[in-house]
Amino acid sequence: MPAHEQSNPWAPLTPSQLEQRKIVSVNPETVSHTAATDIPGHWGPAQDDSWNLSRFRDNLKVDFHHNKPHDAAFSLIGVDASVANAFRRILLAEIPTLAIEDVFVFDNTSIIQDEVLAHRLGLIPLTGGQEGLKWLKWFRKPPPKDDFAAQATWDAEEGEDSAASVPSDYNTIVLILNVTCRWATKAEDGRDGKALAKDGESDPNIRYVNSNVYARDLVFEPQGQQGKYFNDDEDTQIRPVNPDILVAKLRPGQRIHVRCHCIKGIGADHAKFSPVATASYRLLPQINITQPILGADAKKFARCFPKGVIGLEPSSDDSDELQAVVKDPMKDTVSRECLRHAEFKDKVKLGRVRDHFIFSVESTGQFGSSELTLDSVRLLRAKAESDGVVGTNWVLSYEGIDQLYRGLAAGNWTS
Amino acid sequence: MSNNGDTPMEELEDYEKGEELLLDGTKKLVILPGASSHAASFQIEKEDHTLGNALRYFVNKNSDVEFCGYTIPHPSETKMNIRIQTWEDTKTTAVDALRKGLIDMMEACDVISEKFTEARDEFDAKQS
Repeated sequence: MPAHEQSNPWAPLTPSQLEQRKIVSVNPETVSHTAATDIPGHWGPAQDDSWNLSRFRDNLKVDFHHNKPHDAAFSLIGVDASVANAFRRILLAEIPTLAIEDVFVFDNTSIIQDEVLAHRLGLIPLTGGQEGLKWLKWFRKPPPKDDFAAQATWDAEEGEDSAASVPSDYNTIVLILNVTCRWATKAEDGRDGKALAKDGESDPNIRYVNSNVYARDLVFEPQGQQGKYFNDDEDTQIRPVNPDILVAKLRPGQRIHVRCHCIKGIGADHAKFSPVATASYRLLPQINITQPILGADAKKFARCFPKGVIGLEPSSDDSDELQAVVKDPMKDTVSRECLRHAEFKDKVKLGRVRDHFIFSVESTGQFGSSELTLDSVRLLRAKAESDGVVGTNWVLSYEGIDQLYRGLAAGNWTS
Repeated sequence: MSNNGDTPMEELEDYEKGEELLLDGTKKLVILPGASSHAASFQIEKEDHTLGNALRYFVNKNSDVEFCGYTIPHPSETKMNIRIQTWEDTKTTAVDALRKGLIDMMEACDVISEKFTEARDEFDAKQS
């Protein structure tokens, strides 16, 4: 524990302290040593834990496990939990994405209510040309007229950027959905739906035409300058990531004709704007076998973990018996099953490595996973800059007050 | 060593009311009343744990900082208070510590994105 418990505060860290620093212990019913202890002063004056960019750069490692276009798994080693969590939070909630926001209903005679249909349309993930998506500006949506408080704030803020609250080609994408269901006819479709139905056919795909409305029925209508960025030839036009998403079901005579306005938003506003299916991380598990586990015990021990975590190898002293050896801790799910058996629960110590984060970033399809992670790092930097640079400018203008304090106690400063 | 950094009442007047910083018309960063040169609470608008915890970590890594903690006064408002106290016998003021923390965070992000891009390109090259 802290420096005062060391016999000599100037001595380097003992092995158990080093382990405490590096590992979060996983015990049968508890988790201990969870807090990070790498702050200056915690381990005594001999330990230098202050921020050092070159030391950080040397210790930082990024190892990829797989990098498919919309699913990346990588290990980020050497950062603190608060920073890794900041990246995860930004991935979920603060990266701008395009999604359907306003649905203007011209005709909806289907059984799906307007608002339910609009909700479903909003949740459809869209994709399109990256360059165009970055070019798109923000659309400031005016609050509903019956929310007086929000309306008052809105009217007060109105002025300079009133242009941002007008839908135009640089902030809104228009998608049209126009589907009508009818009976299949001999003339148009080569089969007589009504006749087949009389004969007992019950499959709606055969009886009717357009009875299922899929996401692929959304038609992109480029407005103004959008044709430059989103065009058919280069396959950059706005389209749903998965064309087979079922939006509604219709029967003959029913029609859905809506116009959808898509705008940029962030996940914090509505989950439909979140660019990741999910982004999560876990810490690397650590299994420390303190005393050899041999023979039948070793086999039982291996069965307490997922396949591939524990391997059996000929024991060093007695080559007839097999001993348990840790092969791949990354596959472990830390179920603590081995701590439930008296034979080896005292021979093993479970834990997690405090600064080794195994990230899994699954994108919904609008952006690539590795690009999303880079965006989240850049966004955290931008947040710091907007508070820091602007903060710095402010302090510079108040340098006078700063000088005053320094001048007053000038005699007391050490150096 | 007499004064020990305790500033007389008159000089504290300038920090009595919250010193403000305007960004887009809303006060982004405010120094809350009662601050002194080495101990101050800052209130940052439109920020939450994402920036708060990371910033707290970087400010704590500064050996001149005696105390740094952050809190979100009420979850319904997007305000974050961060309190920084620096050791009285150092030159670093609370504002200095905040600034250094933000700059360190920016530099760390640069290093991370650099290494990430490198690792990603290396991995892609190895796969193909």
